Amino acid sequence: MSDLLSVRDLRIGATIFPPGEAPQDIEIVHGISFDLQKGKVLGLIGESGAGKSTIGLAALAYGRGGVRITGGEVLLEGKDILDLGKTGIRSIRGARVCYVAQSAAASFNPAHKLGDQVIEATVEHGLMTRDEARKRADYLFEILGLPDPKNFGKRYPHQVSGGQLQRAMTAMALCSKPELIVFDEPTTALDVTTQIDVLAAIKNAIEKTGTAALYITHDLAVVAQISDDIMVLRNGETVEYGPVQQIIEAPRQEYTKALVNVRQTKQTEARDQSDALLKVENISAAYGNGVQVLHDVSLHVPRGQTLAVVGESGSGKSTLARVITGLLPPFAGQVTFNGEELSNAQKDRSRDHLRRIQLIYQMADTAMNPRQTVGQIIGRPLQFYFGIRGSERKKEVIKLLDEIEMGEAFYDRYPAELSGGQKQRVAIARALAAKPELILCDEPTSALDPLVAEGILDLLLRLQKERQVSYLFITHDIAIVRAIADSVAVMLQGKLVDFGPRSEVLNPPFDDYTDLLLKSVPEMELGWLEKVLATRKMESAGH
Amino acid sequence: MANPLAGVRAARHRLKETHPLSVLIAERLGLSVLLLWAVSVLIFAGVEALPGDFAQTYLGQSATPQAIANIRADLGLDRPITTRYFEWLGGVVQGDFGNSWASGAPVTEQITKRLGNSLFLAFFAAAISVPLAVGLGMIAVHYRNRIPDRVINIISLAAISLPEFFIGYILIVFFAVQMGVATFPSTVYDSMSLSERMSAIALPTATLVLVVLAHMMRMTRAAIISVMSSAYMETAELKGLGAFKAIVKHAAPNAIAPIVNVVALNLAYLVVGVVVVEVVFVYPGMGQYMVDAVTVRDMPVVQACGLIFAAVYILLNMVADLVAIIANPRLRHPR
Repeated sequence: MSDLLSVRDLRIGATIFPPGEAPQDIEIVHGISFDLQKGKVLGLIGESGAGKSTIGLAALAYGRGGVRITGGEVLLEGKDILDLGKTGIRSIRGARVCYVAQSAAASFNPAHKLGDQVIEATVEHGLMTRDEARKRADYLFEILGLPDPKNFGKRYPHQVSGGQLQRAMTAMALCSKPELIVFDEPTTALDVTTQIDVLAAIKNAIEKTGTAALYITHDLAVVAQISDDIMVLRNGETVEYGPVQQIIEAPRQEYTKALVNVRQTKQTEARDQSDALLKVENISAAYGNGVQVLHDVSLHVPRGQTLAVVGESGSGKSTLARVITGLLPPFAGQVTFNGEELSNAQKDRSRDHLRRIQLIYQMADTAMNPRQTVGQIIGRPLQFYFGIRGSERKKEVIKLLDEIEMGEAFYDRYPAELSGGQKQRVAIARALAAKPELILCDEPTSALDPLVAEGILDLLLRLQKERQVSYLFITHDIAIVRAIADSVAVMLQGKLVDFGPRSEVLNPPFDDYTDLLLKSVPEMELGWLEKVLATRKMESAGH
Repeated sequence: MANPLAGVRAARHRLKETHPLSVLIAERLGLSVLLLWAVSVLIFAGVEALPGDFAQTYLGQSATPQAIANIRADLGLDRPITTRYFEWLGGVVQGDFGNSWASGAPVTEQITKRLGNSLFLAFFAAAISVPLAVGLGMIAVHYRNRIPDRVINIISLAAISLPEFFIGYILIVFFAVQMGVATFPSTVYDSMSLSERMSAIALPTATLVLVVLAHMMRMTRAAIISVMSSAYMETAELKGLGAFKAIVKHAAPNAIAPIVNVVALNLAYLVVGVVVVEVVFVYPGMGQYMVDAVTVRDMPVVQACGLIFAAVYILLNMVADLVAIIANPRLRHPR
């Protein structure tokens, strides 16, 4: 079979503007080659900065921002699309090669109806008449499992959910019957239970239409469900390239092995969970607009242990953390810490109470003042809570920097000079500086690459052993829950649906929703998606 | 939850969910009326606090305490301020701004004519400057950071940096005095034909266009650039749409709201801020009328002009708000 897409020694460069220095040209993709046959799917996988999106966009001869393709060939059916010129490349984009972006919410124009946007390229390129394109769009909406496919196109982007938008974008890409679609992390921004539906819809649509695809993601378990071949990328270079089965079952490179083995269980569950450090009783809370977000939530965090609060977006898990810190006073219920009742509002709490509960956020960079050095950031709580100043303070900060495995060299650095993982470590050190008994961790690893996240989790667990600190760990990721939690609370639409020791919550008999959540997490196993879909079909047939 | 206000708030919230557009428009209208009323209080109080006295100015040398007191009594100035305010407000609501102290003629009649002249001038200035500004803004975006963009930027910046009376005099010197192609002074009379009027206002119109152009042009440029950097413009490019089609179909609908806002602000300026230009060109509009009234302390005229200026300003800004609201699909099509 002939190759649909052949990429030969692709080199991509960008101009960077380091502060205070002259602009520099750097190379970000260093000679990548691969082949893709008609109707096949190639998975591009790697962490952020690996160059996977950049390579994907090169298949449309497009460079985002200041990115340029500096060398190599991108052959579409033997013809180099890099030589086509402006008009030539325009006739390929949206017609023969289409793109599905990570954030469909931002990629749809808010001012036009979905249906018009879905058929736009097809009609514009003269591939179908408007009526034909509409019929095709209706058909695609149907095979992608969108509700009320006949009328779906009449809606505006803000009128449908994130998962539906992502499917609509896939329909947009499929509408012109392209030979190749580039999927750029199409399920990353979605909840797991939504992700599985979108993944199944994409896979089904690819099979039915016979289009080829480049599937870009950082999640090896996801790409294993959909790809024929996988290319593992790191820093713009190929680490490993081969059939999906070989990559998942017999990886050759150390880096690939680490990706495959990510998130194994790290900690055995604590036996005795009765000694409650924090107790939340019958909490109900609402935001100013009168919408109630928490309904009668009761749970407790055992001393020196980890409670994982898991749920999808909108389940109220972050709101629970806001209530515990006093940032959002609840209208009913009580928070007890160490047997003492805590005031509902943060401003009424004593400084000592504030000190004992600290927070770590999902986005470490927005939680730090960019104009303060690491030393100032970590030193602030030392001064605020303990009155430690000057050289004493510096000594303490350096001790903390050693504890988070970063060391004195970082003392005078600014947040902008740190990587994502390092920033999160600094945020942890800042929390530790207050010598807290409880740290609320709000998705601290979900913005990080898997291996970096792994390092953060290891650090948190080590600190827990050394300092007996308790964690309330908010996450949407069941794999993390499995790896680190002692007890688990499952939330759905502001209600607590399940709470107990990990072994009870994550093992049968399940609560219905917990079961759905667990079954939706992609596993590093070939054919997992088919298996889950098959069981679902049987269950719905049984009902 | 025992709060009685909570019920009202919830009802408003529900109404907002079902008819967000009507609720917002009603809110804006109500707010405008409230604002106009507040302005009327401010104007009345401000005029009251002005130093100088009509009777004193009017009588000049022959001002005796008795004569002053007589005139004040004639005009009703000896009555308490609140009484006079509500009397005035009552008249204004019915379209009656009282009589001019200086001429004794009804203010409404005079102002209608003057306002017509001012709007005539503003209309032509707007009809030229708005399309020109938006067009230049689009050209500047298309040639972003290249020479045409720079030239447009520098010229418009220079125009905005010069005071309008200076631009006015320069235009007079070149076009009226040296080249003799334009009319000066720009005074218009009832007996003039439309073409005569148009040639009379050529120079003041040009001055106004130069003054408001830069602001609108730069905002158009900024609004389009911010829309151009959004993800859906990348989608349009990756669909293979041409640059022009992408701008017209995908960028423009989203750039309307900010552009309309700055346009409305400048239109308001064309009506309200023309005082200096009208004086320079001896144009019988509202601005000159107000300036004349201030010099002789003819308070009913000053109050009327002030209130009409405020009303125009509030009205145009409200229209801009409404356009921005209507241009937002989230409000036009609730979930």
